[in-house]
Formats: sequence, structure tokens, C-alpha cells
Amino acid sequence: MSYYFTIIGTKDNPLFELEFGTSKVGGDGIARFRDEARYMNQFIVHAALDIVEEVQWGTKEQYLRRVDTFQNNHVHCFLTGGNMKFMLLMNPDPSNTTYSAYQTSPPSRPSTGRQSTILLAANPTSQQTEDAVRQFMAEVYEAWIKCLMNPFYLINQPVRSPIFRGRVSAAAKKYL
Amino acid sequence: MPDPDNPAAPIFDFKDGDSIPLPPPKPFQSTLRYPSNRKTIYDRNLNRTQTAPTSLPSFAYVFNAIITYIHTKSGSVAEIENRLNRAGYPIGIKLLDLLLYRQLPRSPQRPTRILDLLQFIHGTLWRSLFNRPADALEQSTTKKNEYMIVDNEPVVNTYISVPKDMSQLNCAAFVAGIIEGLCDAAGFAMEGVSAHSAGETDEMWPGKTIFLLRFGEGTVEREEAMKAG
Repeated sequence: MSYYFTIIGTKDNPLFELEFGTSKVGGDGIARFRDEARYMNQFIVHAALDIVEEVQWGTKEQYLRRVDTFQNNHVHCFLTGGNMKFMLLMNPDPSNTTYSAYQTSPPSRPSTGRQSTILLAANPTSQQTEDAVRQFMAEVYEAWIKCLMNPFYLINQPVRSPIFRGRVSAAAKKYL
Repeated sequence: MPDPDNPAAPIFDFKDGDSIPLPPPKPFQSTLRYPSNRKTIYDRNLNRTQTAPTSLPSFAYVFNAIITYIHTKSGSVAEIENRLNRAGYPIGIKLLDLLLYRQLPRSPQRPTRILDLLQFIHGTLWRSLFNRPADALEQSTTKKNEYMIVDNEPVVNTYISVPKDMSQLNCAAFVAGIIEGLCDAAGFAMEGVSAHSAGETDEMWPGKTIFLLRFGEGTVEREEAMKAG
């Protein structure tokens, strides 16, 4: 499982980006995105912002669960009070995702036995995943508020603090 | 062509379209400085202990300094209020997330309706700033996008007496700025929030202040749509 996490500001501007892999079940914490996926991830997350804006007024919850899927990418979203969007894209098998000409490509659902065991361990639609993402988001939210409390941080500025990055990575290691 | 003085020097040959190799990038060096006790802002607790409130005199001193500064820079009462409002605005933006985080129970609820937001300001915001809820919450009878929050005795005005020639000035414009920042951050675009003195005719509360919240057109439209389902 590979993850791409980003924080989007109120003007749809990215403030923070991080790629990481799973640290559970023998994962080494390194994202396995191909070069092509690097920018496709940004596109997919950006496209999901529209859906976030549709659902955000229908619920009072901050964690909006899974908002969008594309191929086998799954996008989860967490909305802060100040309408900053924490977007988490997860892909169980990035090496097998086709982005170009996706209409004609076979469905990305894995068929071989080896891949289905990977999916069982980290199924993006399962309740365990939802809970893990929720806990991850809550921890990032706490670090985010601390960042926000800094009087030298203005709203919609990119977050460059290496300590913030460290906190997000630690939360990722702990829950995902 | 080899250099006759120094035959060991490398020869750069550009005929294949080669370019001069760039020097390797310098390793990233953080300019971040840690405080002497090695505790950064990320190590501090976000929950405040109830036993340590902020001292009113020290707030009054800082607020006094802000008003004096703004007074020397501005030409009119409206400008003073505008600048006070802008001083409060970023505080409101940041307070929203902090207050949501501190709310109990642990799953914070974002305000999505105008009434939720007004109650949040009337209760949660006021309690965190002044340790008591605001005194009244009213809706304008003439305009549907206008709401009023009444504070009988604003704490920020405790040590302020406004000179006669500036009788229109109400320094609670600072608090109005906090409200405006909070509403904007929550996704409720505002036309503006202003503070008005209403104590001249009031025997009991001479410092009575009305905060007038004017919601933007888009916000009202969205509210109507949500009401309709």
C-alpha cells in the first residue's frame, strides 16, 4: 500500500505534501509510486476536491471518510474547522495502475492469488482502514493546530517545518 | 586543446552539445532554531488548564498599546475601527480550530448552519474569551441576513473611556474582527461585523455593545437551500 498525503488550503492551494508507504505487515514505509503516478496523484486529489465541497455541508463531522476513487486509488478527506482539507490518497498496488487510456484497460481489480493476500491485509474499503485513517487524521489535526497557533504562520502559507513533517510521518508509521 | 601550463586540467569539449556540469546541490540545511529547553511548539499541550487565566491588567496594557498606535496612524473614527477589526481578524481564524479541538466530546462538530455558528460564537467563543456566554442573541426583524449579539459589559472596554469628539468609536471593534475572522474561516462569507454602542439610553448597562453580523449573499442562499433540503 502506498500513500500520498497533502494539505489543501482555502484557495485550493497545496500547503504540504508527503508520500509514504505502509509500515504494517512487513511494509518498509516507502511509497512505490511510479514516476507517472507522482503527478497523476496530484490530479486525482485535485479532482476529489469538488466532491469534498459537495459533501462538506451535509455533515457536521470533520472526517468525511472516503470521498472518491479513481482506478484503484482511494481518496479520504478530513476537513478542519477553517476549511483546510487533509487529503489522503491510497493505492494498494501502484505498479499495476494504468493511468493512460484507462477506459480500455482491464479493471484494476487484482486477480492473482499473491495480490489478493496484499489486499486482504490492507483493504482500502474495510472498516479497519477507515478507523486507521481517522486516527491518523486526528493526530495530524493536532499537529496542524499547533502549527496554526504559531503567530508567524499566516493562513494559506505552505508548511515547511521539518518537525511538522516528522509528526506526520510518525503518525503514518503508527496507524497506516 | 590541453593547457600547456597545466596538462592535468580537464578539457571541456562543447562540440557534442555537452554542457558544463553543474556543481552538486548543497545539502539542505535547516535554519530552524530550537529553544534552549529543546521543546518546540509541537511539544506543547493544546488544552489549557482552567487554573491559569490570562491577567486582565496585562491584556489591558497590550490592548491600550494597540489602540494608541492605531490612533496615531488613523485619521478618522471609521479608520480606527477598521484597523482594530483587522487586528482581530487573524485571531478569529486561528481560534476556530483551537476551540473545536478543545470542545468536548472528542469528536468535534463543524458548524454548518447559521444558527449553529451563532450559538458557537455566543457560547463557546465568548466563554473562552470572557469566561461567560454573551448576553443576548437576536435576529434583525427587517433584514434576514443580519444577526445581533449583545454584550452588556464588554471586557475589552473595561479601562477605556472614549473622548467626546470620538463618541462613535467603540473599541470592541477588535472583538467584532475576531467574530468576522471566525465566521469567514468556517466558510460563512461575511459582509462585515461591526460593534455599536447602545448604552446611552440604558440605565443599567451604560457600556452595552451590540455586535452586528451581516452575512454575505451566498451564505444566505446556501442556508435557504439547506433549509429546503
